[in-house]
Amino acid sequence: MRKIFLLLTAAAFLTSCGGGQKANKNAEQPTGVVKIDGSSTVYPISEAVAEEFREHQPDVNVTVGESGTGGGFKKFSRNEIDISDASRPITAEEIDACTQAGVSFIELPIAFDGLAVVVSKQNTFIDHLTVAELKKLWEPAAQGTIKTWDQIRPSFPKEPVKLYGAGTASGTYDYFTEAICGKKGASRGDYTASEDDNVLVKGVSQDKGGLAYFGLAYYEQNQDKLKLIPIDGGSGPVAPSQETVGNGTYQPLSRPIFIYINGKSIERKEVAEFAKFYTEKAGTLAKEIGYVPLNDDEYKLIQERLAKKVTGTVFVKGKSTVGTKMSDLLKIEEGK
Amino acid sequence: MNNARKNEIKDNAFKVFALVCTSVGLIVLGLLLYNIISVGLTRINWDFITNLPSRRPGKAGIYTALLGMIWVVTLTLIISFPIGIGAGVYLEEYGKKNPFAKFIEINIANLAGVPSIIYGILGLELFGRLLALGNSILAASLTLSLLVLPIVIVATREAVKAVPGSLREASYGLGATRWQTISRIVLPASFGSILTGLILAVSRAVGETAPLIVVGALVYVPFAPKTPMDQFTVLPIQIFNWTSRPQSGFVVNAAAAIIILLMFVFILNGFAVFLRNRHNRRVKY
Repeated sequence: MRKIFLLLTAAAFLTSCGGGQKANKNAEQPTGVVKIDGSSTVYPISEAVAEEFREHQPDVNVTVGESGTGGGFKKFSRNEIDISDASRPITAEEIDACTQAGVSFIELPIAFDGLAVVVSKQNTFIDHLTVAELKKLWEPAAQGTIKTWDQIRPSFPKEPVKLYGAGTASGTYDYFTEAICGKKGASRGDYTASEDDNVLVKGVSQDKGGLAYFGLAYYEQNQDKLKLIPIDGGSGPVAPSQETVGNGTYQPLSRPIFIYINGKSIERKEVAEFAKFYTEKAGTLAKEIGYVPLNDDEYKLIQERLAKKVTGTVFVKGKSTVGTKMSDLLKIEEGK
Repeated sequence: MNNARKNEIKDNAFKVFALVCTSVGLIVLGLLLYNIISVGLTRINWDFITNLPSRRPGKAGIYTALLGMIWVVTLTLIISFPIGIGAGVYLEEYGKKNPFAKFIEINIANLAGVPSIIYGILGLELFGRLLALGNSILAASLTLSLLVLPIVIVATREAVKAVPGSLREASYGLGATRWQTISRIVLPASFGSILTGLILAVSRAVGETAPLIVVGALVYVPFAPKTPMDQFTVLPIQIFNWTSRPQSGFVVNAAAAIIILLMFVFILNGFAVFLRNRHNRRVKY
């Protein structure tokens, strides 16, 4: 038995020997760790920025977790992380938790995420849907009663309805239900739910009567299997694209995504540098990953906001982000 | 048809049934392996193992996730092995057989069936916050140790129980103390079976994701952990992240990472089997 212990200790020792500390060549260069956690929707952008930042400042270690927007804010209000990724604005309760712990925050929108409504390529009858029709399809009252497509629009065939959507724990579910059914979490329950959007893509692509919603990036990567449905939010059907999500004409299914920076952490040189780098690179990196960048003027406003270390949220307590135009919000803030 | 003929048919029917049962598992495993290997095998190369995580599927690697996993598993072994064996030996050799002991026994068996995420929540509060270990490798290893301890304890007890009483009596008869008997007779004789329990425990620890996420394991970690207090990520979390990304290149990466994970478990198990066989050859009773 002694041998085994020796072996185990030796193994632990050997692994610990890997990679010696790099000598810090320049005292001016920031070092240390920047801790990010939060939304899995924002994760790919933070990962990309962290990866780029590594080439820029190799001595700063940026770590990114994905414990969800809510989980991220919990850690944020406990001072456990420097930056919180969020796919929705901070809520009143979360602000209270931060205030109690003495945590201030700088709120920075960094990109848009469009929610795509898609059907299978075999579906030839749906050309567009209105928000009212989507509501009729998804609202809680539809459970067990809306079973065939002709109930949604008489011109549709009597094809059975099969729905695919986000799981209840995700920010996507919160946003979609709020934007379409008018209340967060109000949704029929008899649909195929998955937190993994690739599962939804597989399901809907093989189902003639199927309909699904998920992030635009998943449509763009699977265009050969899926048909995008333009949505009529009151001013004619609009299909989501980089352009229509970015200029706010694709409504109401495009949402801003955010990072929240701890007001104390920003005083640390490595966090300040990283945050600045983030606002400079977010546009190009968001596009590369499949999200929609804000426009250049908006990024300028955000950089000013960061430089002035403006704390607090532009979203009045409890107000939703459905139908907001980012530039309007940022300008209101400027005029304060 | 006479009785003998009937029994023969029943006999053959059961044989076929047992064969079908065995092949269900094997076929599913075979399909899974074929699926993963056909997708991921070509992606595995030295760069994949030594590269840092990246947003570009072709450039991404599993270096930090693999090292993080080795760290976590090694520490978990070091922590749970002595505690588990100690507890198992106590319950079997020293503990009195009374209702209280029975109660503890049932509880330990029940603990083995508690959902792993519960251990995660416990670990987060106890090790992460109360002991202020944060989301470090040590906090994760302690949490996983709690998770696998019931398996190690139960295996140790069964192994110790299987050692024939005559061996102990012979030892006592020669004037050996209890400790001498346990350390020189009982443990060496039962060590092979204890190792088997440990194999099961470690295999479980390697695949666990939920408790680690709760404790605060990250996804993007661009540095190899150097001390038990460092932040970390592990392979199952990286795989989970990759399978949920839109770009198809990440699915290939996930398959490749699964192959590496399987190989890791395989090597670990192989090592334990090797130790056990070598040991069993020496002990004869």
